[in-house]
Amino acid sequence: MEVKGFIHKYGDNVDTDVIIPARHLNTSNHKELAAHCMEDIDADFIKNVKQGDIMVAGFNFGCGSSREHAPIAIKEAGIDCVIAKTFARIFYRNSINIGLPILECSEASEKIKAGDEVSINFDSGIINNITKNERYQALPFPDFIKGIMDKGGLLSSIK
Amino acid sequence: MGMTMTQKILAAHAGLEQVVAGQLIRAKLDMVLGNDITSPVAINEFEKAGFSEIFDKSKISMVMDHFTPNKDIKAAEQCVQCRTFARHFNLDNFYDVGAMGIEHALLPEKGIVAAGDCIIGADSHTCTYGALGAFSTGVGSTDMAAGMATGEAWFKVPEAIKFNITGKLSKNVSGKDVILHIIGITGVDGALYQSMEFMGQGLINLSIDDRLCMANMAIEAGAKNGIFMVDEITKTYLDERVHRPYKIYAPDEDAVYIRTIDIDLSKIKPTVSFPHLPDNTRTIDEVGDIPIQQVVIGSCTNGRLSDMAIAAEILKGKTVHRDVRAIIIPATQQIYKECIQLGYLEIFIDAGCVVSTPTCGPCLGGHMGILAAGERCVATTNRNFVGRMGHVKSEVYLASPAVAAASAISGKLSGPEEVN
Ligand code: SF4
Repeated sequence: MEVKGFIHKYGDNVDTDVIIPARHLNTSNHKELAAHCMEDIDADFIKNVKQGDIMVAGFNFGCGSSREHAPIAIKEAGIDCVIAKTFARIFYRNSINIGLPILECSEASEKIKAGDEVSINFDSGIINNITKNERYQALPFPDFIKGIMDKGGLLSSIK
Repeated sequence: MGMTMTQKILAAHAGLEQVVAGQLIRAKLDMVLGNDITSPVAINEFEKAGFSEIFDKSKISMVMDHFTPNKDIKAAEQCVQCRTFARHFNLDNFYDVGAMGIEHALLPEKGIVAAGDCIIGADSHTCTYGALGAFSTGVGSTDMAAGMATGEAWFKVPEAIKFNITGKLSKNVSGKDVILHIIGITGVDGALYQSMEFMGQGLINLSIDDRLCMANMAIEAGAKNGIFMVDEITKTYLDERVHRPYKIYAPDEDAVYIRTIDIDLSKIKPTVSFPHLPDNTRTIDEVGDIPIQQVVIGSCTNGRLSDMAIAAEILKGKTVHRDVRAIIIPATQQIYKECIQLGYLEIFIDAGCVVSTPTCGPCLGGHMGILAAGERCVATTNRNFVGRMGHVKSEVYLASPAVAAASAISGKLSGPEEVN
């Protein structure tokens, strides 16, 4: 599987309260959630994001609450993959469970800049920075997780 | 190779003799938990996937605690959805307004969770039950949906950090100060993908409430779970509440810990986390002059009876500073009732505090105490992220009930000694 898109870039410890603030958790509607994605740290995100874009961040992305509303909002907003140095563990498993691809890669996190165009091959873990003509290697998914992702999420994989 | 407490519980629930760190397993669950925010997403997924049965009606808990009593129409609709599901499947442990408390205070109090259990909850602070010697971890709504349908969850077996606890706490220092001190050492991602295992001679000086508070915030160090060795204190607590057999797991002598951190309780001072991360800690003598406008004493971290007792002792006969709104929220109906019986409510109200029935309320910026731009709050809650309790330009300082109560009186971030 491969995706290609433009980059939205953030720093370390992006927490679930800024990805989707709790005041908007009185709904489970994906579109309503996406409409408020990132608004507390980047009010323009939702205006600028296009289907197929990619998000890049630093350490501990998605820390804080277990709200699946966070990866749901990111996915529904149009993001096809999140790359970070590390992910908070609940965010990591939630993303896999709902079929939002995420990759850990320090080099990519440091070198990719906002607006770069990047393509990602999930089977090889290779991240290709088209704008800068650079390549970075992320660890591809283990088979167990790939199995869940290939089916589009946890529930389809156990049904 | 020896196993940690967490590894032993996971191995037992996966039907395996042995597991090693990094291994991916499927484990059987003793409890699946959700609340009024995360359950609706789980129910949607459960229904969308076409499941029509749950694995065990006695092993699913739903607690309506976040936006309840309903803060608005949408919140009310979400509770209707949970209520309908719970009635349809006849869930034994559905807690609605009037019976509910904050989930992580309620489940231990009711004896629903016990040592040796393998528990998932669609709430990150599900790690709280590690205080009782259980493996307990926060997950998302899809995991909750799968757990309700199959009674199983997938896990990556974690490595572990050992916390060797010695000594005895000083006066006005509690479990909250210990865990904030620890997070100050590890950082908010210092235990990422790992277990925090607490043991050592000093455990005897930590009450169950102290331990519940500490395990509660394991997630704030990034941990998968926090777990305490079971001792006589745990057994006494469990035996008063749990009406089924439970199992005690101790780590093997040759268990592998990737790091050991020694914690001498006697050296710990009242500790505060400054905005906007829990690891941004300072001891009370380093905080400087920080005027505040609100105090919140409550939450799944510090809304238990001993927390109320500490606050009452400090607030007795005193008056809340005129620039401060002090909001006190006992975490469960039982705690609320005991606060009345013990005279704490009268002390709080006479001091000028407002006392709410159980709810998460302000802890997650839901309702019952939202901050305006530029306002500061000293809270006994567990997170101080940007916008957590309201406006993105407001600030939350995480502290113990003693520091929060003292700050309510002085109108600035203060230690209990300063208001005596
Ligand atoms: S009290 Fe706060 S941290 Fe605890 S469950 Fe409620 S919202 Fe979450």
